[in-house]
This record gives sequence, structure tokens and C-alpha cells, in this order.
Amino acid sequence: MRPRREQRSGEAASVGAPLTPYLSLAIWVPIVAGVAVLVVGRDREASFARWIAFAGALAGFLVTIPLWANFDTTTSAMQFVEMADWIPRFDIHYHLGVDGISMLFVLLNSFITVLVVWAGWEVITVRVAQYMAAFLIMSGLMNAVFAALDGILFYLVFEAMLIPMYLIIGVWGGPNRVYAAVKFFLYTLLGSLLMLVALIYLYSVSESFEILEWYNVPLAMPAQILLFVAFFLAFAVKVPMWPVHTWLPDAHVEAPTGGSVVLAAITLKIGAYGFVRFILPILPDASRYLSGFVITLSLIAVIYIGFVALVQTDMKKLIAYSSISHMGFVTLGFFLFSQLGIEGALAQMISHGFVSAAMFLCVGVMYDRMHSRLIADYGGVVNTMPKFAAFMMLFAMANVGLPGTSGFVGEFLVILAAVKANFWLGFAAAVTLILGAAYTLWMYKRVIFGDVANDNVAKLTDLSRREFWLLGAVAAAVLVMGVWPKPFIDVMHTSVTDLLQIVARTKL
Amino acid sequence: MLAELNYWTALPEIVILTAASLILLIDLFVPDDRRYISYWLTQLALLLATCVTLTTLRIDSIKGYHGLIVDDMLADFLRIACFGAVSLMLFYSRAYLAARNLFRGDVFVLTLFALLGMQVMITGANFLTLYLGLELMSLSLYALVASPRDHPRSSEAAMKYFVLGALASGMLLYGLSMIYGATGSLDLDTVARVIYGRQGSGLLLTFGLVFVVSGLAFKLAVVPYHMWVPDVYDGAPTAITLLIGTAPKIAAFAMTLRILSGALQGTAIDWQGMLIILCVLSMVLGNLIAISQTNIKRMLAYSTIANMGYMLLGFLTANRYGFSAAMFYTVSYVLTSLASFGIVLLLSRQGFESDQLDDFKGLNQRSPWWAFIMLLVMFSLAGLPPTIGFYAKFMVIEAAVNDGFVWLAVIAVMTSLIGAFYYLRIVKLMYFDDPVETQPILVRGDTWIALSANGLLLLILGVLPQQLIGLCAIALTQSNFP
Repeated sequence: MRPRREQRSGEAASVGAPLTPYLSLAIWVPIVAGVAVLVVGRDREASFARWIAFAGALAGFLVTIPLWANFDTTTSAMQFVEMADWIPRFDIHYHLGVDGISMLFVLLNSFITVLVVWAGWEVITVRVAQYMAAFLIMSGLMNAVFAALDGILFYLVFEAMLIPMYLIIGVWGGPNRVYAAVKFFLYTLLGSLLMLVALIYLYSVSESFEILEWYNVPLAMPAQILLFVAFFLAFAVKVPMWPVHTWLPDAHVEAPTGGSVVLAAITLKIGAYGFVRFILPILPDASRYLSGFVITLSLIAVIYIGFVALVQTDMKKLIAYSSISHMGFVTLGFFLFSQLGIEGALAQMISHGFVSAAMFLCVGVMYDRMHSRLIADYGGVVNTMPKFAAFMMLFAMANVGLPGTSGFVGEFLVILAAVKANFWLGFAAAVTLILGAAYTLWMYKRVIFGDVANDNVAKLTDLSRREFWLLGAVAAAVLVMGVWPKPFIDVMHTSVTDLLQIVARTKL
Repeated sequence: MLAELNYWTALPEIVILTAASLILLIDLFVPDDRRYISYWLTQLALLLATCVTLTTLRIDSIKGYHGLIVDDMLADFLRIACFGAVSLMLFYSRAYLAARNLFRGDVFVLTLFALLGMQVMITGANFLTLYLGLELMSLSLYALVASPRDHPRSSEAAMKYFVLGALASGMLLYGLSMIYGATGSLDLDTVARVIYGRQGSGLLLTFGLVFVVSGLAFKLAVVPYHMWVPDVYDGAPTAITLLIGTAPKIAAFAMTLRILSGALQGTAIDWQGMLIILCVLSMVLGNLIAISQTNIKRMLAYSTIANMGYMLLGFLTANRYGFSAAMFYTVSYVLTSLASFGIVLLLSRQGFESDQLDDFKGLNQRSPWWAFIMLLVMFSLAGLPPTIGFYAKFMVIEAAVNDGFVWLAVIAVMTSLIGAFYYLRIVKLMYFDDPVETQPILVRGDTWIALSANGLLLLILGVLPQQLIGLCAIALTQSNFP
């Protein structure tokens, strides 16, 4: 069912249209692999399904490498553009392309998918084929979210990816999974439905569903404010921002490890991505007018949710709240309207993708052995799982934002931008570093250090080879990005400069 | 123009009428264990009628039988949709009917007569023709609902359907007679011309319009004319519910279009206001009441009410884009509805009506394939991509926004959020719960193919809807609607 992949040369905003449709491959390879797993996978021969899924995920990751290798960092135009007619009646196109803002997320997503398939290897024993297929299909859909340049294509995949996640939480989740799954679905749907009206309204104004064309559509202030509300609801629920964040702790706690990883690493990023792709450039005047409002909400998320995280007794819940707090940094960075702020926010998104994934994988490793997520059930794990303790130490430090890890880059840049904008703003944002250190390290101390707390901990076995390489892969990514963030920032730089120019213009 | 007979304009109707009469005769000589002969003859008649419609396909619009009927792209397209819906209904319900001693010639013949009524409703160019079609369809359906004679709930449902249906027909007829009084004609085109020329009495016309809209609203099943729907859906045998819930919606849409737009477009300002009320009430109440249902047939009944509300959202814009959106909505709703009742029929067996929501528990463990098809159906009804239901909702909302009804669009998306809740509950039951029923699901080969194709079509058209969208647009453009 692939839409035709004709490439229209000479598109005004596109350069470097490749002969190989890498973006289509990045989208369709995982989806086709997912369908294949569903078709051939039987519960009795689960390992067959696992290997097909792994091959599909790996192939999906490999086809995204050329996106990085062939990326032109000197232009802010869309690259790897693909364009085909889809629904001519409404001027809807199958229009794909990435710029410096979105390209890294396609890579991140494909990378995380490999990890997730790997992480579910021996852990998931019921309906393996369906589990793997759900992740692969979702991976393809999320790549499409980042690559879509057509409003309806974006909306289509933005909504469609709820379906596999709903099933993942509901079928393979914890005891309260049904509540969490339904809450997750309805919450996110609530936000996105208003966005549909907003997209259609933009179409009726501009006669086009091209996102890039909307950047130049003049809009009066009242219309901008209303559109802002619609888009903001959709993306704020996804990010999630305080006070619409309550679905996230439930979803995280109940979801299987893989589900938590994808939720934290990718799904949350889609909300933040929406801010830079839609809200800032399409509604620049409303964004500036309402920036105080968004900054306030972000600071509440950063500080208040940081305190909430401090008192959690459930590890997954703690990391979930820590995610909300970290994503507060991202939205804060966006609405400072400075190069440092937006680049820092984007770097924070990538880094948080790695770090939150790693933290959830760590909890998953412990949960698989003890079947408990409560901090109180642990203690002295370092005595029985030294290798694991070392890995978790690294990830905890990255979560705190220690220099040398990826977490440092984004937070540092955002705080710098905040101080430049207003000293007290920067001060408030910096408080979170202390809070983040407090809740992460305190949890680490209670779980890992001390004497062996009980017999169950004494019986723990250290990391298996599979788990070792799994955590090792993420650790490498965290360290590389922490020590040498330049390539990541370089990719974004031109696009962010261009974005800021668009945001600085008025559309009234 | 009026003098011409143009007999071929009604050729598909002639085919169905002849087939119905022949099957009625042949069935007398068919022994009980050979009843499948009548069944396949019915399917053959539908196939033949489809072929005849395709061969007499016309790009332009032509009147026949001295202006009593009109044959245009719209009629051809909707006729074929009705043939397809009835044919699928027969495929899905064969085992169900056989298990309940309803696999009889009279059921097939009545179905064909109901279909004939629908065709007349689709092609009528005169108030009387339209009314006759409506009555032919309704009377056949009343009888079909009552077809399990010894079943008190079916009889009760048939009675309710008949009394309320007769009342609605009366209202419609009363309204049509007032319009006749105001304009002096029963011919749709003449009425339209008179109204544009404003030679009639405005007050009488508006009075008539109120009655006509009420009558049509009853047939479309929108609030506040919806009371019969849950009872009839619940009481009728599921196979007949499937019939009532699908093809007649297409016919009712066509009739509404012919009357409100074809004849009364000049009073669009008036009926627009009425439809807005019907539309909002249906979307809100239909979705809200559906939440509390525990019976799948009642839930789908309220879902129909809500969906017809969304259809009106496109219709009430009173322009060609809105009509084509409403038409797309109707066709895609019928397609989805067919699959939904198809699954319900699949799960019911001899002596067991699978009409409780709990019967869906753990369907994924009993049969992943049918659970997947039902998943598609539910997401399509909820209007979520990548299913056809998304484009249906998208088109009506687009039509409304384009016409300045942004607030209606906001109500529509908010109510569809409510709707998503109860559709999701079915998905939850199928995927998250353990089965109570462990009986394997036995499916005939032809049913398997038809239902799978129907379900997958929801997904395929959800990814590539442009052909159907284009068809709906062309059918209306070629048929001289404003």
C-alpha cells in the first residue's frame, strides 16, 4: 500500500533529493517487517518471530545511517525530499523530508527500536509476534511523524501510532494496565483532535496542507491565539507539560519495559518536536505573546515535578516524573527564542532519549529478576550485581546532568540561555540540577548501595550477555554525546538559525 | 423532456423486481434442504443488477418514465453501493439464518423488495416516486424484523418499528402535500424552480419543510427521532439488523439529498438551521448514551445515531463539497457497519446470540484475525487513522470549517472523543481480557473471504482514499447539485 514514490525535482524548498528514498525506507522497512512478523510468527516458535523482528529493526536502523552520512549541514532546507500526489481533492501529498531538527530523531527512533526488540527478547513470552510487530509498526509510524511535511500525513501517523502503544500497554502491561492504557489513549486523543480542526482551518486559509507553506501564511492575532491553543493542547499532552502530565506516570508504571522505553525516548519527543515544527514558525506572534505562559508552565514542571519525583517509592514512577521535569527544560528552551535555548532544548531531547531509555532498561533488568519496582524492596544490589551497578551509575549521572555525559550538554545550554534572558529565570532553572541530583542519586543509593537488604537481593545474578551489550550500546551513546557533542549541534545549527529568523518575523 | 419514457433508466429496478418475483415462484418448488438455490439466485440477481447498472452507466443526468425517475451518476453509484451492501449482508448472515430456521425464500424475497424500495428512493425525481420507494422499503423491513414469528422480542420490535415508521411516513407525506400546495408541483425540478422564483407562499412552504425534515430525520435515525433505533436493532434478528443498519442509510441519504437539495435548495437557509440542531443533538446524545450500553447491538445503534449526526455535519453546509463529504461519510459508514455486524454474526451460533459486549472478551486469543478485523472496525467507527473512518470525519469537518462552522467542528471532534471511549472498550475486551467463551469460531469459506476483504478495505481505503473521494465528488458534480 505504498503511495507512489515519484520525486518532483525542482521543489522550491528542497535540495539534494536522493535517488534512494531513504526516508520512505526508514518508514516502510519496519512496518513491512512488523507485518511479516505478524504473518509468519506463531507463539510456539517464538524465537523465529524474534529473529525476524530483530532483522527488521536492524535493517530499519541501517537504512537511516545514510541520512546522517549524506546530511548537508550548510543548508536549512529540507533534505531527502520525497513528494507524491496522494489525495488530489484536498491537495494532500505524500511529502517527506528532514532538516537539522528532525533528522536526528529519525536516527534516535530507529536506534531505540533495535534496543527495544532486544530488550524484549526473553522477557516477553506471550504473544511474542504481536509484541514485536507492534513495536516495529510503531517505529515506522514515528519515523513518519518526524519526516512528514504534509499536515494530514503528520496527523495520520501522529494518531495512528497511538494504536500500537495502546495495545502494548494493555496487553503486556502490569496489573493496572487497562486503566493506564485507556487513560493514555484518551488523554492524547483529546489533545490531538483539536489539532485536526486547527490543521483544517489552516487549510481553509492557505488552500494547502504543506507545513512549510503555512510558515508564510499571514494570520491575525485572534486566529493565532486560537490555533495556538489547539496545537498547544495536542503537543503539551504529548510532552507532557504540567498540568496535563498525569497520564504519563500511569502509562510508564504499567507499560512493559519496552513500552516505557519508547514512550520516554521517542513519544515524548514528538510533542516537543511539534512545538518547533508547528507552533513556533506557524504562530510566531502568538508564541511570543504567550511565551510567559509557557515558560511558567515549564518552570512549574521543572521544579514542582522535581519535588514530586523526590518522594516516589516506585522506581518507574520516579523516572517518569524525572522525564516530565527534564522535558520542562525542553519547552523552556524553545520559548526563550535564542539560538542557545533551542539548540540546548534539542540536545536535551536527544540526550533524554538515550538516558531515559537507559534508566527504564535498568529498572527492567531489576524487575525481570525481582518482579518489584519498589525502592524499598531493594538495597545493596551492588554486592550481587556489580556490572549492573556500574552501568546504572553512569546513567544516573547522565540523568543528573554530570559534565562528560550527554545530559550535561542540553541542560547547560538551556540554563545559559535562560540566564541571558533573565537571571532569575536561569536561577530557577538551575535549581533543578540540585533536585535532579537529589532524587536520582538518592534512589541510586537506596537501591544499589548498603548491605544486602533481603534474601531476594542476595539471590540476584549479574547481567546476562544480552543485557550487558544492551546497556553497553546506550552507555556508548551517552558518553559520545557527552564528550563530543559538536556533530550533534552542527547538524542542528543552520536549521535552528533559520527557524529563529522565521519566528522573529511577524505574520499579522 | 417529460414525454420520454426512456425505459432503460430503470433497468436495474426491473432486474431486481423480476428476480424477486421469479425467486418467489421458484422457491415454492425448492425442497428445504436445497434452500441454497434461492440464496444463490438472490446473489446472482444482485450481481446481474450490478452489471446492468454498470453497462447503463451515464455521465449525464436523464429523466425517465415521464419525469418520475432520474438516472444519473449519483443514482448509479449509490445503487451499486446498495447492491454490494445487500450482497455482503447475505454472505455474512447465511450461517446465522440457517441456524435460526430463517434461511427461507421469503426472507430473500423481502430483502430484494426492500432493496427495490431503496433503489426507487435513490432514483426518484418526483415526491410520489420517492414516497412509494420509502414505503416499499419500510414495509418489507417491518416484515423482516418480525420474521422469527414465535419470538416475542422481534414481534415487539417490529410493532414499534411499524408504528413509529408509519408516523414518520405520515409526517413526510403531510409535509410533501404542503409543499405541493405551496408550489403546485410534485416534480422535484419544478418545485425547485418555483421556489427560486418565489411564487409560492413562504409560510406554507416552511411548515411543509418542518414536516419533511422530521420525516427524513426519522428515516436517518437522528436525535430526537431516534427512539426506535435501539429497540429495533436489539429486537430484530442480527442479520436483519445488519440489513437495516446499512443499505437503507444510503437510500435515506439519497432521498434526503434529492428532496432537500434537489427540490428545496431555495429554502436552504431554513433547513440548515434545523439540521444544525439535529446534528449537534445526535453527536452529543448518541455518543453519550452509547457509553452506558452493555449490549453490542444497542451500542451500535447509538453509534449509528451519532454517525448520522456527523453525516449531517457535511450535509448542512448545503453546498456540493458538503454533500460529497456527507456521501463519502455514508458510504464509508455503511462499509464499516457491515463489517461490525458481520463480526457479531460470526460470534453467534445455534441458540446463542452473541449480543453482549462481554462476548468479545479475549477474542484475540480465540482468533487473532477476527480480533484484528474488529479492531479496524472500531477504530474506523471512532474516526482514527489509518482507517476510512478518519477520512470520513476529516471530510465532513473540512466541509464544516470551510463553510464557517468552526464551532460545529469543535463539537464534532469533542464528541468523537467520547465516542472513542466506548469503541476502545471493545478493543480492550478483545485484547486485554481473558476469554469466557472457548468455542472455536467456525466460518464458511465465502463468509471468511467476504468479511476479511470488507475489513481490510477499511484499512486500504484509509490509506488510499483518493478514488472513493473522487468518485463521490464526480457523482455529485455530474448530477446538477448546487
